[in-house]
Amino acid sequence: MGPEKLKEVIKEALKDAEVVIAYKEGFDKLHSTPCFVTTPEEADAVIFDPRCVQNLASYLPSLKKKAAVVVKGCDSRTIVQYMQEALIDRGKVTVIGIPCTGIVSIKKVMAKTGHQPILDVTFPDKNTVVVKTPKGEQKMAMADVAADKCGSCLYPTPVVYDQLVGEPIESDKTYETAYKDVAELAAKSLEEKKAYWEKEFDRCIRCYACRNACPMCVCQDSCIAESRDPHWISQKSNPTEKFMFHMIHALHLAGRCVECGECERACPMGIPVNMLKRKINQDMKELYDYEPGVKPEDKPPMFTFSVEEKKIEEHKL
Amino acid sequence: MSEIAPKELRIVGFLCNWCSYGGADTAGVSRFRQPTDLRVIRVPCSGRVDPLFIVKSLLNGADGVLVSGCHPRDCHYTDGNFYARRRLEMLKRLLPFLGIDEKRFHYTWISASEGARWQKTVTDFTTQVHKLGPLHSTTEAQIGS
Ligand code: SF4
Ligand code: SF4
Ligand code: SF4
Repeated sequence: MGPEKLKEVIKEALKDAEVVIAYKEGFDKLHSTPCFVTTPEEADAVIFDPRCVQNLASYLPSLKKKAAVVVKGCDSRTIVQYMQEALIDRGKVTVIGIPCTGIVSIKKVMAKTGHQPILDVTFPDKNTVVVKTPKGEQKMAMADVAADKCGSCLYPTPVVYDQLVGEPIESDKTYETAYKDVAELAAKSLEEKKAYWEKEFDRCIRCYACRNACPMCVCQDSCIAESRDPHWISQKSNPTEKFMFHMIHALHLAGRCVECGECERACPMGIPVNMLKRKINQDMKELYDYEPGVKPEDKPPMFTFSVEEKKIEEHKL
Repeated sequence: MSEIAPKELRIVGFLCNWCSYGGADTAGVSRFRQPTDLRVIRVPCSGRVDPLFIVKSLLNGADGVLVSGCHPRDCHYTDGNFYARRRLEMLKRLLPFLGIDEKRFHYTWISASEGARWQKTVTDFTTQVHKLGPLHSTTEAQIGS
Protein backbone atom coordinates (compact mmCIF):
# COMPACT_ATOMS: atom_id res chain seq x y z
CA MET A 1 0.00 0.00 0.00
CA GLY A 2 1.54 3.27 -1.04
CA PRO A 3 1.14 6.26 1.25
CA GLU A 4 0.63 8.35 -1.92
CA LYS A 5 -2.68 6.62 -2.56
CA LEU A 6 -3.70 7.24 1.06
CA LYS A 7 -2.87 10.94 0.76
CA GLU A 8 -5.00 11.18 -2.36
CA VAL A 9 -7.91 9.48 -0.66
CA ILE A 10 -7.59 11.82 2.32
CA LYS A 11 -7.57 14.89 0.08
CA GLU A 12 -10.66 13.56 -1.65
CA ALA A 13 -12.35 12.91 1.71
CA LEU A 14 -11.63 16.49 2.80
CA LYS A 15 -14.09 17.75 0.20
CA ASP A 16 -16.87 16.32 2.33
CA ALA A 17 -15.44 15.91 5.83
CA GLU A 18 -14.39 18.77 8.11
CA VAL A 19 -11.53 16.76 9.49
CA VAL A 20 -9.66 13.57 8.62
CA ILE A 21 -8.09 11.67 11.48
CA ALA A 22 -4.88 9.99 10.37
CA TYR A 23 -1.28 9.33 11.47
CA LYS A 24 1.86 11.38 11.08
CA GLU A 25 5.38 10.96 12.31
CA GLY A 26 5.81 11.52 16.04
CA PHE A 27 8.63 12.87 18.16
CA ASP A 28 11.07 10.31 16.80
CA LYS A 29 11.18 7.93 13.85
CA LEU A 30 9.74 5.05 15.84
CA HIS A 31 6.63 6.84 17.05
CA SER A 32 3.63 7.99 15.11
CA THR A 33 1.07 10.41 16.43
CA PRO A 34 -2.58 10.92 15.53
CA CYS A 35 -3.14 14.01 13.42
CA PHE A 36 -6.27 15.93 12.54
CA VAL A 37 -6.03 16.90 8.89
CA THR A 38 -8.12 19.85 7.77
CA THR A 39 -6.24 21.08 4.69
CA PRO A 40 -4.79 19.26 1.67
CA GLU A 41 -1.29 20.50 2.65
CA GLU A 42 -1.53 18.78 6.01
CA ALA A 43 -2.42 15.55 4.22
CA ASP A 44 1.10 15.45 2.79
CA ALA A 45 2.51 14.70 6.24
CA VAL A 46 0.32 11.62 6.65
CA ILE A 47 1.99 8.23 7.00
CA PHE A 48 0.81 4.66 7.25
CA ASP A 49 3.13 1.81 8.23
CA PRO A 50 3.64 -0.55 11.18
CA ARG A 51 4.33 2.40 13.48
CA CYS A 52 0.70 3.46 13.25
CA VAL A 53 -0.41 1.73 16.41
CA GLN A 54 -3.18 3.93 17.82
CA ASN A 55 -6.86 3.18 17.37
CA LEU A 56 -8.07 6.41 15.77
CA ALA A 57 -11.72 5.37 15.81
CA SER A 58 -11.70 6.17 19.55
CA TYR A 59 -12.06 9.87 18.76
CA LEU A 60 -15.37 9.49 16.96
CA PRO A 61 -18.03 9.42 19.72
CA SER A 62 -16.94 12.74 21.23
CA LEU A 63 -16.26 14.42 17.89
CA LYS A 64 -19.23 16.47 16.85
CA LYS A 65 -17.95 17.07 13.32
CA LYS A 66 -18.33 15.40 9.99
CA ALA A 67 -15.17 13.33 9.96
CA ALA A 68 -13.17 10.79 8.05
CA VAL A 69 -10.95 8.34 9.86
CA VAL A 70 -8.15 5.98 8.88
CA VAL A 71 -8.60 2.49 10.32
CA LYS A 72 -6.79 -0.83 10.35
CA GLY A 73 -8.73 -4.08 10.50
CA CYS A 74 -8.85 -4.27 14.29
CA ASP A 75 -9.74 -0.59 14.66
CA SER A 76 -12.59 -0.94 12.18
CA ARG A 77 -14.41 -3.22 14.62
CA THR A 78 -14.63 -0.23 16.95
CA ILE A 79 -16.72 1.58 14.34
CA VAL A 80 -19.08 -1.36 13.94
CA GLN A 81 -19.46 -1.59 17.70
CA TYR A 82 -20.19 2.15 17.89
CA MET A 83 -22.87 1.62 15.26
CA GLN A 84 -24.41 -1.24 17.24
CA GLU A 85 -24.50 0.93 20.34
CA ALA A 86 -25.65 4.07 18.50
CA LEU A 87 -22.59 5.99 19.69
CA ILE A 88 -21.86 7.46 16.27
CA ASP A 89 -23.89 8.63 13.33
CA ARG A 90 -22.51 6.49 10.52
CA GLY A 91 -23.76 9.02 7.99
CA LYS A 92 -21.33 11.59 9.37
CA VAL A 93 -18.27 9.34 9.24
CA THR A 94 -16.20 8.39 6.22
CA VAL A 95 -14.19 5.28 6.93
CA ILE A 96 -10.87 4.95 5.13
CA GLY A 97 -9.89 1.32 5.63
CA ILE A 98 -6.42 -0.09 5.24
CA PRO A 99 -5.79 -3.84 5.01
CA CYS A 100 -3.09 -4.37 7.58
CA THR A 101 -0.09 -6.67 7.79
CA GLY A 102 0.61 -5.92 11.43
CA ILE A 103 1.98 -3.19 13.65
CA VAL A 104 4.99 -3.09 15.91
CA SER A 105 4.98 -3.02 19.66
CA ILE A 106 7.02 0.06 20.47
CA LYS A 107 8.00 -1.54 23.79
CA LYS A 108 9.36 -4.64 22.06
CA VAL A 109 11.39 -2.63 19.56
CA MET A 110 12.83 -0.42 22.31
CA ALA A 111 13.76 -3.46 24.37
CA LYS A 112 15.57 -4.99 21.40
CA THR A 113 17.63 -1.85 20.86
CA GLY A 114 18.53 -1.74 24.54
CA HIS A 115 16.58 1.52 24.81
CA GLN A 116 18.91 3.46 22.54
CA PRO A 117 17.81 6.74 20.98
CA ILE A 118 16.16 6.02 17.64
CA LEU A 119 17.70 7.66 14.57
CA ASP A 120 15.69 5.98 11.86
CA VAL A 121 13.19 3.19 11.27
CA THR A 122 12.38 1.61 7.93
CA PHE A 123 10.25 -1.27 6.76
CA PRO A 124 11.92 -2.76 3.67
CA ASP A 125 9.21 -5.43 3.43
CA LYS A 126 6.27 -6.57 5.54
CA ASN A 127 8.37 -9.07 7.52
CA THR A 128 11.29 -6.81 8.37
CA VAL A 129 11.96 -3.80 10.56
CA VAL A 130 15.28 -1.97 10.36
CA VAL A 131 16.13 0.30 13.25
CA LYS A 132 19.05 2.72 13.28
CA THR A 133 20.50 3.83 16.62
CA PRO A 134 23.83 5.46 17.55
CA LYS A 135 25.11 1.90 18.00
CA GLY A 136 24.40 1.01 14.39
CA GLU A 137 21.72 -0.62 12.32
CA GLN A 138 19.63 -3.49 13.65
CA LYS A 139 17.44 -5.76 11.56
CA MET A 140 14.45 -7.30 13.32
CA ALA A 141 11.88 -9.81 12.17
CA MET A 142 8.42 -8.30 12.23
CA ALA A 143 7.13 -11.45 13.92
CA ASP A 144 9.45 -10.81 16.88
CA VAL A 145 8.42 -7.23 17.49
CA ALA A 146 4.76 -7.27 16.39
CA ALA A 147 2.06 -6.27 18.86
CA ASP A 148 0.62 -9.31 20.64
CA LYS A 149 -2.83 -8.72 19.16
CA CYS A 150 -1.48 -9.14 15.62
CA GLY A 151 -0.61 -12.73 16.47
CA SER A 152 -4.28 -13.48 16.96
CA CYS A 153 -5.77 -11.12 14.37
CA LEU A 154 -8.86 -12.45 12.64
CA TYR A 155 -9.75 -9.29 10.75
CA PRO A 156 -6.70 -7.72 9.04
CA THR A 157 -8.99 -6.20 6.42
CA PRO A 158 -11.42 -3.63 7.84
CA VAL A 159 -14.91 -5.05 8.39
CA VAL A 160 -16.45 -1.72 7.41
CA TYR A 161 -15.17 1.03 5.11
CA ASP A 162 -16.16 3.54 2.47
CA GLN A 163 -12.77 3.50 0.81
CA LEU A 164 -10.32 0.65 0.92
CA VAL A 165 -6.72 1.63 0.36
CA GLY A 166 -4.89 -1.51 -0.71
CA GLU A 167 -5.79 -5.09 -1.49
CA PRO A 168 -7.85 -7.11 1.02
CA ILE A 169 -5.86 -9.58 3.14
CA GLU A 170 -7.22 -12.86 4.48
CA SER A 171 -6.39 -13.85 8.04
CA ASP A 172 -4.45 -17.09 8.30
CA LYS A 173 -5.89 -17.73 11.78
CA THR A 174 -8.99 -19.48 12.98
CA TYR A 175 -11.10 -18.58 15.97
CA GLU A 176 -9.55 -21.51 17.86
CA THR A 177 -5.94 -20.48 17.23
CA ALA A 178 -6.74 -16.85 17.98
CA TYR A 179 -8.17 -17.77 21.40
CA LYS A 180 -5.55 -20.35 22.28
CA ASP A 181 -4.11 -18.21 25.08
CA VAL A 182 -7.52 -17.77 26.72
CA ALA A 183 -8.24 -21.49 26.49
CA GLU A 184 -4.84 -22.34 27.95
CA LEU A 185 -5.33 -20.13 30.97
CA ALA A 186 -8.91 -21.35 31.42
CA ALA A 187 -7.67 -24.94 31.52
CA LYS A 188 -5.46 -24.29 34.56
CA SER A 189 -6.52 -25.04 38.13
CA LEU A 190 -8.40 -22.48 40.22
CA GLU A 191 -5.32 -21.97 42.42
CA GLU A 192 -3.09 -21.38 39.41
CA LYS A 193 -5.52 -18.89 37.93
CA LYS A 194 -5.87 -17.05 41.21
CA ALA A 195 -2.10 -16.88 41.55
CA TYR A 196 -1.80 -15.68 37.95
CA TRP A 197 -4.14 -12.74 38.45
CA GLU A 198 -2.74 -11.85 41.86
CA LYS A 199 0.73 -11.67 40.37
CA GLU A 200 -0.37 -9.63 37.36
CA PHE A 201 -2.61 -7.18 39.20
CA ASP A 202 -0.05 -6.73 41.94
CA ARG A 203 1.85 -4.48 39.51
CA CYS A 204 -1.17 -2.33 38.72
CA ILE A 205 -0.63 1.25 39.84
CA ARG A 206 -4.26 2.22 39.22
CA CYS A 207 -3.29 4.89 36.73
CA TYR A 208 -6.38 4.00 34.66
CA ALA A 209 -4.49 4.42 31.39
CA CYS A 210 -6.08 1.16 30.21
CA ARG A 211 -9.51 2.62 30.73
CA ASN A 212 -8.67 5.97 29.20
CA ALA A 213 -7.26 4.33 26.07
CA CYS A 214 -10.22 2.01 25.65
CA PRO A 215 -12.49 3.09 22.79
CA MET A 216 -15.48 1.40 24.41
CA CYS A 217 -15.04 3.16 27.77
CA VAL A 218 -17.41 5.93 26.82
CA CYS A 219 -18.62 7.11 30.24
CA GLN A 220 -15.71 9.56 30.41
CA ASP A 221 -15.99 11.58 33.60
CA SER A 222 -18.79 9.47 35.02
CA CYS A 223 -16.79 6.28 35.53
CA ILE A 224 -18.00 4.42 38.61
CA ALA A 225 -14.37 3.68 39.48
CA GLU A 226 -14.10 7.31 40.52
CA SER A 227 -17.56 7.98 41.83
CA ARG A 228 -17.84 8.80 45.53
CA ASP A 229 -21.56 8.20 45.66
CA PRO A 230 -21.89 5.30 45.52
CA HIS A 231 -18.33 4.61 46.51
CA TRP A 232 -17.51 1.46 44.53
CA ILE A 233 -13.80 1.47 45.27
CA SER A 234 -11.63 3.43 47.65
CA GLN A 235 -8.34 5.10 46.80
CA LYS A 236 -6.37 2.37 48.53
CA SER A 237 -3.88 0.55 46.39
CA ASN A 238 -4.54 -2.87 47.89
CA PRO A 239 -5.17 -6.10 45.95
CA THR A 240 -8.93 -6.04 46.55
CA GLU A 241 -9.38 -2.56 45.14
CA LYS A 242 -7.12 -3.21 42.16
CA PHE A 243 -8.99 -6.37 41.38
CA MET A 244 -12.31 -4.59 41.76
CA PHE A 245 -11.23 -1.92 39.28
CA HIS A 246 -10.36 -4.57 36.72
CA MET A 247 -13.67 -6.27 37.27
CA ILE A 248 -15.44 -2.97 36.65
CA HIS A 249 -13.56 -2.58 33.39
CA ALA A 250 -14.13 -6.18 32.35
CA LEU A 251 -17.83 -6.34 33.23
CA HIS A 252 -18.60 -3.00 31.61
CA LEU A 253 -16.92 -4.34 28.48
CA ALA A 254 -18.80 -7.63 28.62
CA GLY A 255 -19.57 -8.58 25.05
CA ARG A 256 -18.41 -5.15 23.84
CA CYS A 257 -14.63 -5.41 23.75
CA VAL A 258 -13.43 -5.18 20.15
CA GLU A 259 -9.99 -6.48 21.10
CA CYS A 260 -8.12 -3.52 19.68
CA GLY A 261 -5.49 -3.99 22.39
CA GLU A 262 -5.30 -0.30 23.27
CA CYS A 263 -5.65 -1.11 26.98
CA GLU A 264 -2.56 -3.30 26.93
CA ARG A 265 -0.61 -0.89 24.77
CA ALA A 266 -1.33 1.94 27.19
CA CYS A 267 -0.57 0.00 30.36
CA PRO A 268 2.82 1.08 31.71
CA MET A 269 3.08 -2.10 33.76
CA GLY A 270 2.64 -4.66 31.00
CA ILE A 271 -0.49 -6.20 32.52
CA PRO A 272 -2.57 -8.47 30.24
CA VAL A 273 -5.70 -6.40 30.85
CA ASN A 274 -7.41 -7.60 27.70
CA MET A 275 -7.48 -11.23 28.80
CA LEU A 276 -10.60 -10.98 30.99
CA LYS A 277 -12.58 -9.33 28.22
CA ARG A 278 -11.42 -11.85 25.66
CA LYS A 279 -12.56 -14.62 27.99
CA ILE A 280 -16.00 -13.00 28.14
CA ASN A 281 -15.97 -12.58 24.36
CA GLN A 282 -15.28 -16.27 24.01
CA ASP A 283 -18.33 -17.03 26.15
CA MET A 284 -20.44 -14.61 24.10
CA LYS A 285 -19.42 -16.49 20.97
CA GLU A 286 -20.30 -19.82 22.55
CA LEU A 287 -23.58 -18.71 24.10
CA TYR A 288 -24.93 -16.28 21.53
CA ASP A 289 -22.74 -16.75 18.47
CA TYR A 290 -21.76 -13.11 18.82
CA GLU A 291 -18.46 -11.36 18.15
CA PRO A 292 -18.19 -7.68 19.08
CA GLY A 293 -17.79 -5.21 16.25
CA VAL A 294 -18.23 -7.53 13.33
CA LYS A 295 -21.78 -7.11 12.02
CA PRO A 296 -23.45 -3.69 12.29
CA GLU A 297 -26.92 -5.25 12.50
CA ASP A 298 -26.03 -7.37 15.58
CA LYS A 299 -27.06 -6.38 19.07
CA PRO A 300 -24.55 -6.74 21.94
CA PRO A 301 -25.76 -9.75 23.98
CA MET A 302 -25.95 -7.82 27.26
CA PHE A 303 -28.28 -5.27 25.65
CA THR A 304 -30.89 -7.88 24.87
CA PHE A 305 -32.17 -11.41 25.64
CA SER A 306 -34.14 -14.29 24.19
CA VAL A 307 -37.09 -15.68 26.10
CA GLU A 308 -35.86 -19.17 25.36
CA GLU A 309 -32.09 -19.10 25.74
CA LYS A 310 -30.83 -21.98 23.66
CA LYS A 311 -27.52 -22.44 25.42
CA ILE A 312 -28.15 -21.37 29.02
CA GLU A 313 -29.02 -24.26 31.25
CA GLU A 314 -30.61 -24.16 34.67
CA HIS A 315 -27.86 -24.64 37.26
CA LYS A 316 -28.27 -27.46 39.74
CA LEU A 317 -26.99 -27.33 43.29
CA MET B 1 -29.14 -29.38 59.14
CA SER B 2 -26.56 -31.78 60.47
CA GLU B 3 -24.52 -31.67 57.27
CA ILE B 4 -23.71 -28.02 57.83
CA ALA B 5 -20.67 -27.22 59.92
CA PRO B 6 -21.57 -25.40 63.11
CA LYS B 7 -19.58 -22.25 62.29
CA GLU B 8 -21.48 -19.84 60.12
CA LEU B 9 -20.07 -18.57 56.87
CA ARG B 10 -21.02 -15.33 55.17
CA ILE B 11 -23.47 -15.82 52.35
CA VAL B 12 -25.18 -12.91 50.68
CA GLY B 13 -28.55 -13.40 49.04
CA PHE B 14 -29.96 -10.92 46.55
CA LEU B 15 -33.67 -11.62 46.38
CA CYS B 16 -36.21 -10.04 44.12
CA ASN B 17 -38.97 -8.29 45.98
CA TRP B 18 -41.84 -9.85 44.04
CA CYS B 19 -41.03 -13.56 43.99
CA SER B 20 -38.04 -14.88 45.86
CA TYR B 21 -38.28 -12.54 48.83
CA GLY B 22 -41.89 -13.65 49.09
CA GLY B 23 -40.77 -17.27 48.75
CA ALA B 24 -38.32 -16.85 51.61
CA ASP B 25 -41.06 -15.21 53.63
CA THR B 26 -43.42 -18.09 52.88
CA ALA B 27 -40.75 -20.51 54.09
CA GLY B 28 -40.41 -18.48 57.28
CA VAL B 29 -44.14 -18.23 57.90
CA SER B 30 -44.41 -21.98 57.31
CA ARG B 31 -41.69 -22.45 59.95
CA PHE B 32 -39.42 -24.39 57.61
CA ARG B 33 -36.01 -24.88 59.21
CA GLN B 34 -33.23 -23.09 57.35
CA PRO B 35 -29.52 -22.50 57.85
CA THR B 36 -28.80 -19.03 59.15
CA ASP B 37 -25.68 -18.12 57.16
CA LEU B 38 -27.54 -16.21 54.49
CA ARG B 39 -28.06 -12.46 54.79
CA VAL B 40 -30.83 -11.28 52.56
CA ILE B 41 -30.64 -8.12 50.49
CA ARG B 42 -34.00 -7.28 48.99
CA VAL B 43 -33.83 -5.82 45.49
CA PRO B 44 -36.70 -4.63 43.33
CA CYS B 45 -35.92 -7.13 40.58
CA SER B 46 -33.23 -9.66 39.71
CA GLY B 47 -32.54 -7.34 36.79
CA ARG B 48 -31.30 -4.82 39.36
CA VAL B 49 -28.49 -7.17 40.36
CA ASP B 50 -25.38 -5.75 38.79
CA PRO B 51 -22.84 -8.59 38.43
CA LEU B 52 -20.46 -6.21 40.20
CA PHE B 53 -22.58 -6.58 43.38
CA ILE B 54 -21.61 -10.23 43.40
CA VAL B 55 -17.96 -9.58 42.66
CA LYS B 56 -17.78 -6.91 45.35
CA SER B 57 -19.42 -9.24 47.88
CA LEU B 58 -17.01 -12.04 47.09
CA LEU B 59 -13.97 -9.78 47.18
CA ASN B 60 -14.96 -8.08 50.40
CA GLY B 61 -15.74 -10.96 52.68
CA ALA B 62 -18.62 -13.08 51.41
CA ASP B 63 -17.98 -16.80 51.03
CA GLY B 64 -20.92 -17.30 48.73
CA VAL B 65 -23.57 -15.31 46.85
CA LEU B 66 -27.06 -16.41 45.91
CA VAL B 67 -29.26 -14.49 43.49
CA SER B 68 -32.90 -15.41 43.09
CA GLY B 69 -35.63 -13.84 41.02
CA CYS B 70 -39.01 -14.65 39.55
CA HIS B 71 -39.26 -17.55 37.13
CA PRO B 72 -38.71 -16.63 33.48
CA ARG B 73 -41.94 -15.12 32.07
CA ASP B 74 -43.13 -14.22 35.60
CA CYS B 75 -41.13 -11.03 36.08
CA HIS B 76 -43.09 -8.18 37.66
CA TYR B 77 -41.40 -5.91 35.13
CA THR B 78 -41.86 -8.38 32.25
CA ASP B 79 -38.25 -8.89 31.30
CA GLY B 80 -35.88 -7.97 34.15
CA ASN B 81 -35.00 -11.58 34.87
CA PHE B 82 -34.26 -12.26 31.19
CA TYR B 83 -31.56 -9.59 31.25
CA ALA B 84 -30.40 -10.89 34.62
CA ARG B 85 -30.05 -14.40 33.26
CA ARG B 86 -27.62 -13.28 30.56
CA ARG B 87 -25.51 -11.20 32.94
CA LEU B 88 -25.43 -13.78 35.70
CA GLU B 89 -24.55 -16.57 33.31
CA MET B 90 -21.68 -14.45 31.99
CA LEU B 91 -20.38 -13.94 35.52
CA LYS B 92 -20.85 -17.58 36.42
CA ARG B 93 -18.50 -18.47 33.56
CA LEU B 94 -16.02 -15.72 34.36
CA LEU B 95 -15.51 -16.52 38.07
CA PRO B 96 -13.45 -19.70 37.59
CA PHE B 97 -11.24 -17.80 35.11
CA LEU B 98 -10.36 -15.51 38.01
CA GLY B 99 -9.65 -18.41 40.31
CA ILE B 100 -12.92 -18.18 42.24
CA ASP B 101 -14.87 -21.43 42.42
CA GLU B 102 -18.12 -20.88 40.52
CA LYS B 103 -19.88 -23.01 43.13
CA ARG B 104 -19.69 -20.02 45.45
CA PHE B 105 -22.22 -18.30 43.24
CA HIS B 106 -25.63 -19.60 42.36
CA TYR B 107 -28.58 -18.00 40.63
CA THR B 108 -32.05 -19.40 40.44
CA TRP B 109 -35.76 -18.62 40.17
CA ILE B 110 -38.19 -19.06 43.06
CA SER B 111 -41.76 -17.81 43.22
CA ALA B 112 -43.53 -16.36 46.25
CA SER B 113 -45.51 -19.55 46.80
CA GLU B 114 -42.49 -21.85 46.68
CA GLY B 115 -41.52 -21.82 50.35
CA ALA B 116 -40.34 -25.42 50.23
CA ARG B 117 -38.24 -24.75 47.16
CA TRP B 118 -36.66 -21.78 48.90
CA GLN B 119 -35.87 -23.93 51.93
CA LYS B 120 -34.23 -26.56 49.75
CA THR B 121 -32.26 -24.02 47.71
CA VAL B 122 -30.88 -22.12 50.68
CA THR B 123 -30.04 -25.36 52.50
CA ASP B 124 -28.32 -26.94 49.51
CA PHE B 125 -26.43 -23.79 48.63
CA THR B 126 -25.28 -23.28 52.20
CA THR B 127 -24.10 -26.89 52.31
CA GLN B 128 -22.24 -26.39 49.05
CA VAL B 129 -20.46 -23.27 50.31
CA HIS B 130 -19.59 -25.01 53.58
CA LYS B 131 -18.00 -27.83 51.61
CA LEU B 132 -15.75 -25.27 49.92
CA GLY B 133 -15.00 -23.60 53.23
CA PRO B 134 -14.29 -19.95 53.90
CA LEU B 135 -13.07 -17.91 50.93
CA HIS B 136 -11.08 -15.49 53.03
CA SER B 137 -9.71 -17.72 55.78
CA THR B 138 -6.22 -16.31 56.07
CA THR B 139 -6.83 -12.92 54.62
CA GLU B 140 -9.26 -11.36 57.08
CA ALA B 141 -6.78 -8.54 57.69
CA GLN B 142 -6.04 -8.03 54.00
CA ILE B 143 -9.63 -7.64 52.94
CA GLY B 144 -9.47 -3.94 53.67
CA SER B 145 -12.39 -1.63 53.20
S1 SF4 C 1 -4.49 -6.77 14.98
FE1 SF4 C 1 -4.66 -7.16 12.78
S2 SF4 C 1 -5.50 -5.29 11.90
FE2 SF4 C 1 -4.81 -4.81 13.97
S3 SF4 C 1 -2.77 -4.02 13.72
FE3 SF4 C 1 -2.55 -6.22 14.10
S4 SF4 C 1 -2.56 -7.18 12.08
FE4 SF4 C 1 -3.30 -5.07 11.84
S1 SF4 D 1 -10.80 -3.39 26.60
FE1 SF4 D 1 -8.87 -3.10 25.51
S2 SF4 D 1 -9.02 -4.33 23.66
FE2 SF4 D 1 -11.09 -4.12 24.50
S3 SF4 D 1 -11.95 -2.38 23.42
FE3 SF4 D 1 -11.03 -1.60 25.32
S4 SF4 D 1 -8.95 -1.02 24.76
FE4 SF4 D 1 -9.74 -2.31 23.09
S1 SF4 E 1 -2.98 0.89 32.71
FE1 SF4 E 1 -2.05 -0.85 33.75
S2 SF4 E 1 -1.23 -0.02 35.66
FE2 SF4 E 1 -2.67 1.50 34.84
S3 SF4 E 1 -4.64 1.01 35.82
FE3 SF4 E 1 -4.59 -0.11 33.89
S4 SF4 E 1 -3.74 -2.11 34.39
FE4 SF4 E 1 -3.29 -0.75 36.10
